[in-house]
Amino acid sequence: MVNKLRLRYSKTGKAKYISHLDLMATMRRALTRAGVALKYSEGFNPHPYISVAMPLSVGLESDCELMDIGLATDSKVVDLPERLSGLLPEGLVITESYTPLRKFSDISWLEITGVLYYDKAMPDDLAQKLMQRYSCQNILISKKTKRGMSDIDISPHIRDVEFHGGEKITFRAKISAQNPTLGPDNIMAALDDEYERLAPDYAAFSRYELFDESISVFR
Amino acid sequence: MDNKFQRILKKVQKPARYTGGEYKQIIKDKSVVDIRVAYCFPDTYEIGMSNLGLRIMYGIINGFDRVWCERVFAPWQDMEAEMRSAGLTLYGLESGDPISDFDIISFSVGYELSYTNVLNMLDLSGVNIRAADRDNTAPLIIAGGSCCYNPEPLSDFIDLFVVGDGEEVIGEIIALVKENKKCADSSREELLKAASKIKGVYIPSQYDITYNDDGTINEVLPKNDAPFPVIKRIVSDLDSSYYPADTIVPSMGLVHDRAVLELFRGCIRGCRFCQAGHTNRPVRSRSCETLVSQGIEALERSGYDELALLSLSTSDYANLSKLCDGLISWCEPRKINLSLPSLRADNFSVELMEQVQKVRKSGLTFAPEAGSQRLRDVINKNLTQEDLLKTCRVAFEGGWNSIKLYFMLGLPTETDEDIIGIAELAHAVFYTWKQYAKNKNRGARITVSTSCFVPKPHTPFQWEAQISIDEYLRRVQLLKASMKSKAITYNWHSPEQGFVEAVLARGDRRLGCALEAAWKSGARLDSWSECFALNHWTDAFASCGIDPAFYALRERNDHEVLPWSIVSTGIGTDYFKNERLASRQGTKTTDCLEGCTNCGACELMQRAEDKNGE
Repeated sequence: MVNKLRLRYSKTGKAKYISHLDLMATMRRALTRAGVALKYSEGFNPHPYISVAMPLSVGLESDCELMDIGLATDSKVVDLPERLSGLLPEGLVITESYTPLRKFSDISWLEITGVLYYDKAMPDDLAQKLMQRYSCQNILISKKTKRGMSDIDISPHIRDVEFHGGEKITFRAKISAQNPTLGPDNIMAALDDEYERLAPDYAAFSRYELFDESISVFR
Repeated sequence: MDNKFQRILKKVQKPARYTGGEYKQIIKDKSVVDIRVAYCFPDTYEIGMSNLGLRIMYGIINGFDRVWCERVFAPWQDMEAEMRSAGLTLYGLESGDPISDFDIISFSVGYELSYTNVLNMLDLSGVNIRAADRDNTAPLIIAGGSCCYNPEPLSDFIDLFVVGDGEEVIGEIIALVKENKKCADSSREELLKAASKIKGVYIPSQYDITYNDDGTINEVLPKNDAPFPVIKRIVSDLDSSYYPADTIVPSMGLVHDRAVLELFRGCIRGCRFCQAGHTNRPVRSRSCETLVSQGIEALERSGYDELALLSLSTSDYANLSKLCDGLISWCEPRKINLSLPSLRADNFSVELMEQVQKVRKSGLTFAPEAGSQRLRDVINKNLTQEDLLKTCRVAFEGGWNSIKLYFMLGLPTETDEDIIGIAELAHAVFYTWKQYAKNKNRGARITVSTSCFVPKPHTPFQWEAQISIDEYLRRVQLLKASMKSKAITYNWHSPEQGFVEAVLARGDRRLGCALEAAWKSGARLDSWSECFALNHWTDAFASCGIDPAFYALRERNDHEVLPWSIVSTGIGTDYFKNERLASRQGTKTTDCLEGCTNCGACELMQRAEDKNGE
């Protein structure tokens, strides 16, 4: 049986450009530097047990990342969040470490925040117009799936939507984390055709919190 | 990172190349910094960060009080386009500040095909690319690295070249720049004149070159008592020299993502085609004890799971077994793999590989360089077919099924029989596998690779002609037709890149015109085959009235003044002439352990020690 430890961490600023695979290697090295002995797989090419809850795309920030690691029996995990944070690149900070009680598959909702930037002058009621768009009964977007592109209605998979501001719009919403997995790009994809004039010139998003099916915080 | 920069990063591949922020990057307080240095590597982040020289110089320069060294790499095509359209100039990765405001911009140049990247990076910085167009308000543009053993092709663009090891001389250059900065009215000319007195420094503007009617060099004329030749600098004691144990750990995959140890510099072998083996003489080693402790420290501090033992010929390290034992006992329980590139094809190598690769088994690669014993004697590569096959037998018996063999086509005196010899050698290796492989289920994978021989300065073959692109391709076809087994894969490198490399490697300062023209027509990242286009170069040569064949394909007269005679590596021309003669007779030259051949390089040690005693 693997002795598991769950790390909660944020990935912001310059670190948002570290890809998922590179992040795994970066974490592995930092854990080694921190003196944490990892459990390795058997076989021809042994690798440590490291698993990330929902791989984050490049360019997206997060304050609520989760990673499970398998520990060898003699691991030093005292004060791990502080020690490990001091051994990581800029923008990666470990906020908690604990023994996991729940499975990643219990994660259902993801709260995200974002800032939408517009280069041209926009109407004063832009935030309201955006709210209206995301209050529609049927919000069809085209999404990449295993079977190629397909149209899905995201309205049941997005809730508690908020848009505020004028020239720069702040956004907050809870979106489906798994089955289907939605990301900010899927949400922004709703701003096409007749809504294209509402689409920002640039937008930056961040994951804020994870929830289970009953909208309780997931740890 | 401001919004404009983030918008750019959203549009490019691998944005982590351009952000900095890695673990152990060095950030200094600008209010207590007098001299800012941009250490530019003229290739991508993944290539540059794999370079040990960069890590050594970064550590040494940042070790100086009130001096801050930052890293700069060549942007990929997509990033360059975004930077130019947004008006973003080249910046230091650590601070994000434009490097045109720095005091020194330093290039590490290790490959001729990166010359256009040097020009492009200067231009992207907003600095005039030509030295003659810059005054003392511009950063001092300096260059070091193995290409500076023939600095001439870049001499229109670079103010100052460092010849040889950079560890000691960089401090002297920075001290001079610091002194010069105090005098508000001092000129670039005065700074350069003073710099030419630093040992191992070559200032191209302090020399005039005259030419003969046939295009060869008539004379090199030093001005203002500039030294002739400029003798390379060496670090005489590697044990006490700086080793970057506590160095940057990148947050993205590199070409070589691992901790590295430098076992020794130089090479005892005298392979006649090899530039590094000659320019890095004499051999200087680190002690086994130093290496074991440096290796453990580097692994502990970085968290890497691989340690590479680097040198020009790792099998020649005197205490290799002891070194490996010392490292394995620490590495194995921690699942850390040792990697030993540059092993000779002898039995000892395979036994060693079996011993060190208990964690993960990598492939085996050997470089016989030539297919026949006759030609291997010509190049002084003292490897016999018997040695190679014995080694392969041990490897196959030990469970390896995959072997890579490297060769060059176009070595001096090569005949079609020598080329067919490559195929015969590969078949003999395959036959050995059939006889001795422990596990034949997965099949054998024997890979033969060839590249086109590029004659290099400061080698016994510096006078030789390169074979033409067409002739290389003919030889490739001959070899391809001679390979008759499916188990053998044959790959060949593009001869076009090798041709341009050959022009630049033995070029003179008249090539500056062509470099600029090639860069202007779009040549950059030429070391990447997907970016390289021969027509950038042929057009550039034509527009400057330069015949590339004069540089690449012409055999030099043995009394010709060579462009790189401005630089001395410590080995005299007579030595190279004798070696060339010996190559034609197929005579073996002993290695440094068997007996001294009086190449002259060891006198540099005395010179270095005298300097320390001053």
